Amino acid sequence: MTNTQLTPGVAPARLRDEDYQDNFADKAPPLDTHAAAVAADRCYFCHDAPCITACPTAIDIPLFIREIATGAPVAAARTIFTQNVLGGMCARVCPTEMLCEEACVREVAEGRPVEIGRLQRYATDTLMMRGDHPFTRAPETGRRVAVVGAGPAGLACAHRLAMKGHEVRLFDARPKPGGLNEYGIAAYKTVNDFAQAEVAWLMGIGGITVENGKALGRDISLDALREGYDAVFLAIGLGGVNALRTEGEEKSHVQDAVDFIAHLRQAEDLSKIPVGRDVVVIGGGMTAVDAAVQSKLLGAETVTMVYRRGRANMSASGREQQHAASKGVRIITGAAPLRIFGEGAVEAVEFAYTNETEAGLELTDKTFKLKADQVFKAIGQVLDGAPQGLTLSGRKIAVTGPGRTSLDGVWAGGDCAAGGDDLTVTAVAEGRDAAEDIDAMLTGTEERAHG
Amino acid sequence: MADLSCDFVGIKSPNPFWLASAPPTDKEYNVRRAFEAGWGGVVWKTLGEDGPPVVNVNGPRYGAIWGADRRLLGLNNIELITDRPLEVNLREIKTVKRDYPDRAMVVSLMVPCEEEAWKAILARVEETGADGVELNFGCPHGMSERGMGSAVGQVPDYVEMVTRWCKANTRMPVIVKLTPNITDIRLASRAAHKGGADAVSLINTINSITGVDLDQMAPEPTIDGKGTHGGYCGPAVKPIALNMVAEIARDPETAGLPISGIGGVTTWKDAAEFMALGAGNVQVCTAVMTYGFKIVQEMISGLSQWMDDKGHAQVSDLVGRAVPNVTDWQYLNLNYVTKARIDQAACIKCGRCFAACEDTSHQAITMSPERVFEVQDDECVACNLCVNVCPVEDCITMERLAAGQTDPRTGQTVSDDYANWTTHPNNPGTCAAE
Repeated sequence: MTNTQLTPGVAPARLRDEDYQDNFADKAPPLDTHAAAVAADRCYFCHDAPCITACPTAIDIPLFIREIATGAPVAAARTIFTQNVLGGMCARVCPTEMLCEEACVREVAEGRPVEIGRLQRYATDTLMMRGDHPFTRAPETGRRVAVVGAGPAGLACAHRLAMKGHEVRLFDARPKPGGLNEYGIAAYKTVNDFAQAEVAWLMGIGGITVENGKALGRDISLDALREGYDAVFLAIGLGGVNALRTEGEEKSHVQDAVDFIAHLRQAEDLSKIPVGRDVVVIGGGMTAVDAAVQSKLLGAETVTMVYRRGRANMSASGREQQHAASKGVRIITGAAPLRIFGEGAVEAVEFAYTNETEAGLELTDKTFKLKADQVFKAIGQVLDGAPQGLTLSGRKIAVTGPGRTSLDGVWAGGDCAAGGDDLTVTAVAEGRDAAEDIDAMLTGTEERAHG
Repeated sequence: MADLSCDFVGIKSPNPFWLASAPPTDKEYNVRRAFEAGWGGVVWKTLGEDGPPVVNVNGPRYGAIWGADRRLLGLNNIELITDRPLEVNLREIKTVKRDYPDRAMVVSLMVPCEEEAWKAILARVEETGADGVELNFGCPHGMSERGMGSAVGQVPDYVEMVTRWCKANTRMPVIVKLTPNITDIRLASRAAHKGGADAVSLINTINSITGVDLDQMAPEPTIDGKGTHGGYCGPAVKPIALNMVAEIARDPETAGLPISGIGGVTTWKDAAEFMALGAGNVQVCTAVMTYGFKIVQEMISGLSQWMDDKGHAQVSDLVGRAVPNVTDWQYLNLNYVTKARIDQAACIKCGRCFAACEDTSHQAITMSPERVFEVQDDECVACNLCVNVCPVEDCITMERLAAGQTDPRTGQTVSDDYANWTTHPNNPGTCAAE
């Protein structure tokens, strides 16, 4: 601890070593067996349960909870993984309060849902800690599929294809697989290098070869993949970030939140990560929350999140907002940045309050200034470098049905594809469903409906 | 404030809550603390004949089943009668009774089926100043293998004979504790009655295996790889006990025979139910073995509050109140027609009523795409299953169709006349009787 929370500017080592350990410990420690039994017992085993409908991967939640309640957590994990092979990560990062737990009848009845996310973690941790892989690969079909992007969508697709007996080559631009699981999620949500452990466990199915450091458009081309493989699945995520278009954006210590989060996840020693004394985060999504909370946990004295629209429009869930507030992050809504001040490095940001009108968002003449020696931009990511020839829908790859693109033999899913929320669990569902469709095409069980 | 004091076959106690003969009443230390906590009386754990005491196993004595959050629902035991010397027990009984003269002190007994054995021990008990004795004809494990306990209780002739010996050899009130491990409890209570019993108490524990250890492939509790049936008790046995109490209470042959109600009494409400079905007091064991002696405070305050609310001034006002309403199936009113009603505002849309009715009953509940559940009166037989599986209390209720309405299921007009099976045209016995 060479600095303190009051050290001006952007500085590392603001906290004691044990503070870093405490701050970045598991956000929601796993349930033990008894706690899981008690939590599981609260499930009513609803008929045609609303939680299943609310889950993008349609996990049979009442069934896996009953399996936990009856002392069969490994069977519970199989129920989960059958629908969602990344059920371990989803148990950690899913905004369950907006999905299954929001739909839980006990949320309706008493404002306290069954703890589905934590129960899912209990089951999946139990199976994964045994180290065995729960699925058996079908006999090899001799068909080859290229999957581009080893994030949630790519991994789910690759696993399902491999399980069906196809040979999968999984390309990823980054040095490690995992996509946003590895680079885009707050550290305290996925401790102990879980993202890599999960990938290694998932690879236990066999038949998947990973090629890291291979970017589409730089090291590999879609044309070549279409030539060399029987099918291609694109899960390249959103590689670009939206620009702020605010005067002073170029000043130093004005950064993209995604880079900060990725850097933090890869850090060996958190005390070496510099953070501002006064941090301002611009944006209202999960990325903004992750950047803001982690800034605070690294020792920033003040962290303020500023979102241009009202609280109800924030894509960060209520629970995420509460988490941020509990860590001391101040959230200001209805204000947009006007300009960034500073001599070389940022010193302050001026905001104007906004009015939401039918014509759109208007700036008012009421302004305020926040002291800032570090600014994170978290106003959304965009598709970057989509291959030529693919039809887009808006700013994403257009797809129909289970991820079919406008190109014959090319599927897409996850954040790069149009439709669906940009959630890990949605990406898993899209990858899985595309794999089923690819398999049907490759094995001739489905009439080819596209091209 | 309701008066909770009790006079049960001449034995007075400040409240109707006694501790049953069981591990909690095996020694002075426990019984003193129970009385300090507020228990109205105890039945001292069963004494055997003089001589070397019985021995217990040195492995587990109890097995259990649990509900949510390991709530103990049922317990079984393979403990025998007291394994302490008779002398010691008698001395302690005398001391405790002397120090707590206002509390009921009943002593449970089990000796071999010989008049001399009973005569001998009765005399010893009288010397302690105890208020009465309870004959243990119920223990289903261990002692029954030696011709005692339920081995006596299962043979009405023996029940009558031993009861008679006891009545002939003591001035103390004799309570006969019955085993439920018998097809018709009335046969045993009639025998006790004929033998001159002052009262019966029931139920003793039920033959049971609480579970199987699937690793050892042995019943629980498991002792060195083997298990034996034990006596089952606790909240899970209450319905069986209530029925047996009611059967005796409404049996004309034993009319007026006092009953001490035992079997899963855990709260004041359980006690009130036993008493409504004819028990003059209740005996408790598993609940104190689970929660300790203190629960009697809730039993006293709860019963007292409820009696005040209902205007019952004393315990005897309550005893047997529900007995006239216990009847045989053949006398139930077949013209009482009800239909399930779902309170849509209270419904949380879990769909359990639908699953239960659709899969296992009469397909009388429909489910819309918006998860609205509705009862189809033309299919509803009013079985009550939906009410029982619904997690929300009072969300589904059974409402009676008024006379003059048409039951859409049968197409018949509801009558407010009472009509039962004995006069029903489908009853083959109806014609034969004419």
